[in-house]
Amino acid sequence: MSAMVSVPTVARIAANVFKESVRDKVLYSIVLFAVIVIAASLLLGQLTAGQEVKIIKDLGLAAISLFGHFIAIFIGIGLVSKEVERRSIYALLAKPMSRAELVLGKYCGLVSTLTVNVVVMTAALVVVLAIYGATVEPQIRNTWEAPAVDPALATAAFLTLVELSVVTAIAICFSTFTSPVLAAAFTVGLVIAGQFSADLKNFEHIVDNHAATWLLNALYYVLPNLAPFDVKAQVVHAQPVTPTYVLLTTGYGALYVSALLALATLFFSRRDFK
Amino acid sequence: MRPGRLPIAPFLAAAGLFVGAAAGLQAMRDRAFGTDTPAEQVLYVQSPEVARRLALSYDAIAADVYWIRALQHFGGQRKATTQSKNYELLFPLLDMSTGLDPYFNIAYRFGAIFLSEPKPGGPGRPDLAIKLLEKGIAASPNKWQYYQDAGFVHFWGMHDYPGAAAWFERGSKLPGSAWFLKSLAAVTMAQGGQRESSRLLFKAILESSDNDWMRKDARHRLEQLDAMDAIDSLRKVVATYRERGGPTPVTWQALVRAGYLRAIPTDSAGVVFSLGPWSGDVSLGEGSSLAPLPDTPVAPPPVPTR
Repeated sequence: MSAMVSVPTVARIAANVFKESVRDKVLYSIVLFAVIVIAASLLLGQLTAGQEVKIIKDLGLAAISLFGHFIAIFIGIGLVSKEVERRSIYALLAKPMSRAELVLGKYCGLVSTLTVNVVVMTAALVVVLAIYGATVEPQIRNTWEAPAVDPALATAAFLTLVELSVVTAIAICFSTFTSPVLAAAFTVGLVIAGQFSADLKNFEHIVDNHAATWLLNALYYVLPNLAPFDVKAQVVHAQPVTPTYVLLTTGYGALYVSALLALATLFFSRRDFK
Repeated sequence: MRPGRLPIAPFLAAAGLFVGAAAGLQAMRDRAFGTDTPAEQVLYVQSPEVARRLALSYDAIAADVYWIRALQHFGGQRKATTQSKNYELLFPLLDMSTGLDPYFNIAYRFGAIFLSEPKPGGPGRPDLAIKLLEKGIAASPNKWQYYQDAGFVHFWGMHDYPGAAAWFERGSKLPGSAWFLKSLAAVTMAQGGQRESSRLLFKAILESSDNDWMRKDARHRLEQLDAMDAIDSLRKVVATYRERGGPTPVTWQALVRAGYLRAIPTDSAGVVFSLGPWSGDVSLGEGSSLAPLPDTPVAPPPVPTR
């Protein structure tokens, strides 16, 4: 098998995946539901004694992240396994493309879909915030920690997108060598573990055993650390999220995705479809 | 219509009919057996740290949920009958909310006011209010508003005026703090417990608060202080009237006719003050939204000597 990757081929596969996702009614339902949840935050905010903007932002950003995870995991694991189930993988592999190109194309296609979804959901959130902001008296607006339509929301949405790119890569990686159910379980497990990986680093203060400390440290660096992608609370409370932080976190995400895609390509290349 | 495709209208009508019938049956069952009473409020997760972990990256939204629960709990208990008032979940809910979102400014500030509210309007736990504010200060050491609120709790909830003055003083030293904290510290130290110092405190909150609810609360308390002043003046008027041989039973109408008052006195809520016809005592009228009035502030503490 050739290890070379042709960018136009990858782009063609990605475009196809994107078109397929856009036609998928499930995806529309998820995005529509997320938009409804974001809009409903306007009502929920009324229950919170003057915390409407915080609630709208919290709920909106949480909806973007949660529904983004649904899309990344459940469509991500299906990208390869569906082709195998439908036996269309034989036709695909017969075409002049490498397995690496197929994996990369599928990944890029889903990330493009996720980008569009995150942009749509963020736009819905901004519209809801703008509507709410316009109805509030200026003296109350002046007391908010951050303006209703805050450019920092884009930072939170962007880092969520980078996190979703990592989650998609995890889902695709697992789906290249195991069944969809197991791939979903492993991905969900790793995503949850990714929120706690910082704890592994802290174990060195509790555990005396050198070998165990070394192992836990190794796990800290090997497992995905997804917690740094979450800057929702900082953005809502107008805490600074510096460009350096965003750059370093995005860089970490990009490198982790590269590692996962390399593994996914390896597993997929060795898979026997007979 | 394509063959095999079913028509929409009859199915929608049938679904509507079934839902209507189910609702009718439910109403019948409720009439016969009563509706389910809501379960007693339970806090399944007690540790903010555990909750933070369970919430994964959705800790901020989980904090909002606990905050809404705290508001509902406080509001629900305030409305409950006096015998069944139970605020025991209020602090744990606020602790959870602020544990999940350590920068949840309003949860600290409102929470402290709720917790220090005396019984039966609140749990009467100024100690827990201070604990909550200290947690807020640990998260945001430069938030002077928490110092102001802690001073308020000492002043209003504990009647500890030197303690209140100390908090105001500490707050006044923070960068960007409000100018009036220094005056509040001085006035509280000198005349703590006098009605005028209470008035100054609430005026400061009214002018400085960034929240509509807190401003409304401060306005309400200022109106209560005005009502207390009015009651004192009216008591004096009634006493003068009786000293000068005014007939008993004494009524507002009689006082107006005799020229002691221009009109029948009402509080800021428009409710006529109550006048004991035999005792001559004046109090808030029945149904006044200003009731219950706070405890009459105690005499100023002695100025500490070194």
